[in-house]
Amino acid sequence: MNTFVIETKHLDLFYDSFQALTDINLNIEEKKITALIGPSGCGKSTLLRVFNRMNDLIDGVRITGDVNVLGDNIFTPETDLIALRQKIGMVFQRPNPFPLSVYENIAFGLKIHRNQSKKEFTDIVKESLKSVILWDDLKDRLDNSALKLSLEQQQRLCIARVLTMKPQIILMDEPCSALDPIATLRIEELMQELKKNYTIVIVTHNMQQAARASDNTAFLYLGELVEYGETKHIYSSPKEKRTEDYLTGRFG
Amino acid sequence: MNVQLEQKIAFSILFLCTLLVVVPVLIILVIIFVKGASALSLNFLFEMPTSGMTAGGIFPAILGTLYLVLGAILFAVPLGVLSAIYLVEYSRDNALSRIVKLAIVNLAGVPSVVYGLFGLGIFVLFLGFGASILSGSLTLGIMILPVIITSSREALESVPQSFRIVSLSLGASKWQTIRHSVLPHALPGILTGTILGLGRAAGETAPILFTVAAFYLPKLPQSVFDQTMALPYHLYVISTQVPGIPENVRYGTALVLLMLVLILNLAAIILRYQFRKRKKW
Ligand SMILES: Nc1ncnc2c1ncn2[C@@H]1O[C@H](COP(=O)(O)OP(=O)(O)OP(=O)(O)O)[C@@H](O)[C@H]1O
Ligand SMILES: [Mg+2]
Repeated sequence: MNTFVIETKHLDLFYDSFQALTDINLNIEEKKITALIGPSGCGKSTLLRVFNRMNDLIDGVRITGDVNVLGDNIFTPETDLIALRQKIGMVFQRPNPFPLSVYENIAFGLKIHRNQSKKEFTDIVKESLKSVILWDDLKDRLDNSALKLSLEQQQRLCIARVLTMKPQIILMDEPCSALDPIATLRIEELMQELKKNYTIVIVTHNMQQAARASDNTAFLYLGELVEYGETKHIYSSPKEKRTEDYLTGRFG
Repeated sequence: MNVQLEQKIAFSILFLCTLLVVVPVLIILVIIFVKGASALSLNFLFEMPTSGMTAGGIFPAILGTLYLVLGAILFAVPLGVLSAIYLVEYSRDNALSRIVKLAIVNLAGVPSVVYGLFGLGIFVLFLGFGASILSGSLTLGIMILPVIITSSREALESVPQSFRIVSLSLGASKWQTIRHSVLPHALPGILTGTILGLGRAAGETAPILFTVAAFYLPKLPQSVFDQTMALPYHLYVISTQVPGIPENVRYGTALVLLMLVLILNLAAIILRYQFRKRKKW
């Protein structure tokens, strides 16, 4: 029996009058990597931002339908956005560390939520850096500017920054699009490692990446969820003509 | 025409223009220094004036200006920064907020004597603070508010949007986001505005003329409700109102005012540099 950490039912999303998502019914499995694929503008980022309610920042967004995250409807008036966003971390397309030291970047979330002692603080920083395999590289350079790191290291740092919140779900919006192929592969390896403890939802334009790195794949087209299932089935025998066309590069 | 020649002519014209701006300033500085340096001494800086201000020091005026500048900054910086935060982070972009922003920018261009009259009407008479350090500081503070708001707004707007988004996505509240990932990065810009305001507050005569400045006081101010002497007004008085003041005293006073502004600016610049250094761009 699989458990679902995110469930959407009849989810519609409008930017003013433009409908960006139509009747999305999607269940995301715990401790799996789910890839959202589809042509540019089909609504992948929009859907991802529904899960941690980052769309709230955009004026004119209207949402109908149900979204449950970890069992709770996240669109009720009582929803605690702060708690929700601690449970769901987000990694962005461009690595975006703050112009602060490595240490200050990682400790940012801890400083804000302030429920640890100083000692735990440094332990969590260390642990997070270890989980993204940066500790050995950076342990002597915690005071250096995070902006001096390579892009790959910066992206790892951003993942570590999310991990300090002890989230259960990590959302990644094209996390490798600013990286070279080798760095991309290494981040994918890291995702396999993280999967043991976290549920990951990743948006990607790179179909090989989705094929290599994900367990489940959702194909979105013009705001609709066209097909969703195990990645190996989707890639070997797509049920929908549109999925097949997209995967074989007939449009995109 | 020959491109090389054109190049040379353009360069010469631009260079001459720059020279035209810089040289008079330098000449003024040199004249003030040459004529005033002989008046400078510890007594001049730290003594009360004597013999009808023709001798002794200008300590009360120096102290008065320091009080006034400090008061203006204490009042205007918190108020200005908070309203800038409201305008940038909270207010929606609609007709009203645009009018408010435009009004603030334009207030910076209002002549200082108008602020002086305003201060006289509101603080001295209506609120009954009388001619006092409090009235003068508030008037100067209001005068420099537009500069501080405008530069704080620009500083806040130049903080990348991604800082806010990341911070919110980590579960920070709106205020925590502003406090921890916007303000620290805007501080150098805010300080720049403060420096500009500081220089203006120290140097203006008109706003303090009606609200605080005294011609001559035999003793130092005891509270914020006292009048005080102040450097710009004192300079005006000894240059035009009192005959027989030695030339080097007049220029010496101007030199002290200049140096005071320079020192205040320098302090703010050092502070700003410290913040920049902590930030690891
Ligand atoms: N803030 C916004 N206001 C209005 N429309 C928007 C906004 N953001 C996105 N859209 C529209 O919603 C649709 C989906 O956009 P979204 O960014 O989710 O697509 P995407 O699949 O992530 O595309 P890409 O692969 O290019 O990142 C697009 O047609 C886009 O123009
Ligand atoms: Mg996108």
